[in-house]
Amino acid sequence: MLFAVISGFVLAALVPRLSPVLGTKIGWGLAVLPAALFGYFLSFWPRVTAGQTVVLGHEWIPSLGINLNFMVDGLSLMFALLITGIGTFIFIYAGRYPQGHKDIHKLLMYLLAFMAAMLGLVLSSNLISLFVFWELTSFTSYLLIGFNHEQEKARKAALQGFFITAGGGLALMAGLILLGNIGGSFELHELLAQDTNIQQHPLFLAMMVLILLGAFTKSAQTPFHFWLPNAMAAPTPVSAYLHSATMVKAGVYLMARLQPMMAGSEAWMLTLSLFGGVTMTVGALMAVCSTDLKRILAFSTVMALGTLTMLIGIGTPHALEAAMVFLLAHALYKGALFMAAGTLDHATGTKDVRELGGLRNCMPQTALFITIAALSLAGIPPLFGFIGKELMFEAALGAGWLSTLLIGLSMITAIAIVAAAALVAIKPFYGALKPTPKTPHEAPLAMRLGFSVLALLGLLLGLMPNLAEPLLRAAVSAIGGTPVAELQLALWHGFNLPLLLSASALVCGGVLYHHWERIRDSLAAALDVPAYGPERGYERMMNGLQVVAKGQTRILQNGYMTHYILTILLTTIALLAYAFWSEDAFVYSLSFEGVRFYEVVISLLMLVAVVYASATHLRLGAVAAIGVLGFAMAMIYVFFSAPDLAITQILVETLTVIMLVLVLFRLPGFQDLSSPLVRWRDAAVAGTFGVLVTMMVLTVNQSSLPGEGITAYLVENSYVVAHGRNIVNVILVDFRALDTLGEIFVLALAAIGVNAMIRFRWETQK
Amino acid sequence: MRSDTSIILQTATRMLVPLLLLFSIFLLLRGHNDPGGGFIAGLVASSAFALHLFAFDASSTKKLMKVESQLLMGVGLLLALLSGMVGVVWRGQPFLTSQWGTVYVPGIGELAVSTPLLFDIGVYLVVIGVVSTILLSLDKVEE
Repeated sequence: MLFAVISGFVLAALVPRLSPVLGTKIGWGLAVLPAALFGYFLSFWPRVTAGQTVVLGHEWIPSLGINLNFMVDGLSLMFALLITGIGTFIFIYAGRYPQGHKDIHKLLMYLLAFMAAMLGLVLSSNLISLFVFWELTSFTSYLLIGFNHEQEKARKAALQGFFITAGGGLALMAGLILLGNIGGSFELHELLAQDTNIQQHPLFLAMMVLILLGAFTKSAQTPFHFWLPNAMAAPTPVSAYLHSATMVKAGVYLMARLQPMMAGSEAWMLTLSLFGGVTMTVGALMAVCSTDLKRILAFSTVMALGTLTMLIGIGTPHALEAAMVFLLAHALYKGALFMAAGTLDHATGTKDVRELGGLRNCMPQTALFITIAALSLAGIPPLFGFIGKELMFEAALGAGWLSTLLIGLSMITAIAIVAAAALVAIKPFYGALKPTPKTPHEAPLAMRLGFSVLALLGLLLGLMPNLAEPLLRAAVSAIGGTPVAELQLALWHGFNLPLLLSASALVCGGVLYHHWERIRDSLAAALDVPAYGPERGYERMMNGLQVVAKGQTRILQNGYMTHYILTILLTTIALLAYAFWSEDAFVYSLSFEGVRFYEVVISLLMLVAVVYASATHLRLGAVAAIGVLGFAMAMIYVFFSAPDLAITQILVETLTVIMLVLVLFRLPGFQDLSSPLVRWRDAAVAGTFGVLVTMMVLTVNQSSLPGEGITAYLVENSYVVAHGRNIVNVILVDFRALDTLGEIFVLALAAIGVNAMIRFRWETQK
Repeated sequence: MRSDTSIILQTATRMLVPLLLLFSIFLLLRGHNDPGGGFIAGLVASSAFALHLFAFDASSTKKLMKVESQLLMGVGLLLALLSGMVGVVWRGQPFLTSQWGTVYVPGIGELAVSTPLLFDIGVYLVVIGVVSTILLSLDKVEE
C-alpha cells in the first residue's frame, strides 16, 4: 500500500529520463501506472463492499504518533478508484494536449506527483500524514496551475490558489491537532471506531471552525470560491484532473470522512448546508453568465462542490446517498466535459462559446460525447446525473426546517445548470458554422478516448445503476457510520415531487438558454457585486501585506549595524525587564567568601579592558582590548576547571583578532560622527542591558531546577551510555548532536554569506 | 609570494603548519575522553592555515589546502548528516542515535569506531572550511 501511494512520486522523478525514450508516446507509457493502481484498488472491492475496513500501517515517527497508516473503506476506495481511473485517461490525454510544448515532461511530472499526493490524502488514516498529503496537493496544484509560467495570468492564478488553499491548510492543521487531542488518537480508524462523544468537548466548536476553514478553502466554497475559475489558466488536462475527480473534492472528502464524528451537531449541520447551498447557487449562476467554456465548467464545479457540502450537511441517510451518487456522476461528466472542452479549444483555437457554432459536422464524435456528458450535467434521464439530481431534490425535501430554503436554492441551481449544460453542448455544435481561428478538425484518438469512455460510463451507470451500487453502499456506510442495507438506485421512482421539480427545472432552463444572449449581460452585471467581492478583498489583503512587509523591512532591515544591535538589545531589555517586573523574580545573595586573589585581578583586568575599548580612539587598541577581555574570560574558565571551554575561547579569540586585523586597515579613518546625544543614548542602552543581564545571572544562580537537574544525569551517563569521559564533547556530538548539527549549518551559512558579500563588492569594484 | 614578511616567520611557519595540523588531528581523536574534540581541533587547524596566510599569501595557502574551503564545509556537513543516518538505515532508530562498533584492522588490531566520531570529523571539517573561507575572502579585501 505504501508503495502504491509512493509509486507516483517515484515515477515522477523518472519522467525526465523516460521522456526521450518514449517520445510522443509518453502519455500512453505513464498511463500504465494509474491503470495498474486502478487494478490494485479494484482488488479491495470484494472486501470493502462486504463491509470490511482494511488498515495497513507503516511506522514513520512513532514517538510522535505520526504514522503512514492507510485505511481502505468505501469512501476512500471510491476516491482512490476515481483518482486512478480518471488519472489513466488524463495521462493519455495530457501526452497529446500541449503538442510540441517544450516542458511537457514537467507537466506529466507534476500530474504524477499530484496523483500520488491525492491518493495519500484519501487513503491516510493518520491525521498528520493526511495533512502532509493535503499540503502536497496544494503545492503540486500550484505548480500545475502555474505551468504556463510565462503568462502573468497563470502565475497570479497559481499564487492565488496556493495562498487560499495553503492558508486554509494552516487552519486545518490546527483543527486536526485539536481533533487528535480531543479524540485521544491521531488515527482516523480509531477515532471513527470509538464512541466517545467529542461534541461535548469545550473546544469542539473551535476545532470544527478550523477544520472547515481548511475544507472550505480547498473545496472552493463561497466566499473562497473565486480561486477555482481563475485556476483555469492551467492546461486543460490539469483542469480536468484538478476539478473533476480530485483536488477540489479533497475538502468534500474530509467533511465526509469526519461526518460520523460530527453528525448531530447543530453547528456542523447548519454551517455545511447553508454554505453549501449558497455556494451551489452562486456557482450555477456564475456558470450561466460566463462565456469561456472552461469558466462555465469551473463554475459548474463550484456548484457541484456546494451541492456535495450541502448534502453532507443535511446528513440524513438519503442525503448521504445523494452525495455519493452525485460525486460519482460529477466526476464522470466533469472529467469528460473538461477534456472535451480542451479538445474543442485544440481543434478550433477558441474557448469562447459566442464564437463557436455549427461544429457538429466537423467533429461528430466530440459532439456526440459532449452531448452525453452535458445531459448528465443537466440531469436528464437516462443519464447517471439524473439519478443524482433526483436524490438531491429528495434529500433537500427531507432537510427539516431548512428544506424550504434549500429547495429554493436547489431549484435556482438546477435551472441555471440546465442552461449552462446547453451552452456547452448545443451552442458550439448546432446552428450555423462560425469561422474560428483554426480550421476545425476531429482530434486524435488519445484526446478523444478519455471523454468518450467517461461519458459512456455516465450513460451505462444511468441505465444500470446497480453496477456501482455495492461501492456506493460501502461509501454511504462509511460516511454514515452505520452499515446501510441497500440503496434504491433507479431512473424511475414514479411520479413524485422530485420528478416534478426536475421537469420544471428542465423547462425553465430551456427558456433561460433560449434567451441567453439577451439576458446574459444584465445578469452578469447584477451578479458582479457579490461574485467579485471576495476576490477584491483578497487583492486588497495581498496588497496590504506587501505594504506592511515593505514598511517593516524599512524599519528592521535598514542596513545599519548600529540599528540592528540597538534593536536586539532593546528587545532583550524589554523582555527581561518585563519578566523581572511581572514575576517579581529578582533574587540574589552576594558572598565574597572564597574569592581568590587572582580572580579579583582577572576581573579588574577585564574592567580596565572594557573601559579602554569603549573610550579609545585607536581601532587597533580597541581590538587588542577586546582580545584581553577574551583571554581573561578563558582564564576564568581555567580557574573553574573547564579546559574545553578555555581552549575554545582562546582559539576563537585568536582567530577573531586575526580576522579583525585583516580588515582593519581597509576601514576609513576614525571619525567622531555621532552626536553626544546619540552616544549618551547608546551608553544608556548598553548600561541598562549590562545591569539586566547581571541581574539575570544573579537570579539564575539562586534558582535550582526541579529534580536532580540535568548535570547529574550527564555526569552519570556520559561514560556508561555514550562511551565518553569528556562530558562537554559527549554533549556536543551525542546527547545534543542535533543542536550541533544545526549550529554547524548556521556556521557554514555565515561563511557563505561573508564570502558572497565580499566577492560581490570585489567584483563590482573591478 | 609576499616579499614584505620576515623570512623568520616564513621558515617557522613551514615547520609549524604540519605540527599544528598533526596536533589538531590528535585533539580531534582524543576529544571523546579528554579535552579536545572536533570544534577545538578544527580551530587549531584553521589557525595553522591563518598563520600560513600571514606568512605567505592567499594563493599559496589555497595551494597548501589543495581543496576549496567551501568543499570542506559541504563534505563536513554531509558527514555529520550521514553519521545521523547510520542508525536510521541500519537499525531503524531515530535520527542521530549513536552506533558503536569495532573494526579489525590488520597490523593495528581491534579499532573502536562510532558514529559520534564520524560526526566529530564532520564538525572538524566544517570549522576548518568556515574559518578558512572567511579568512581567504577577507584577505581579498586587503588586496
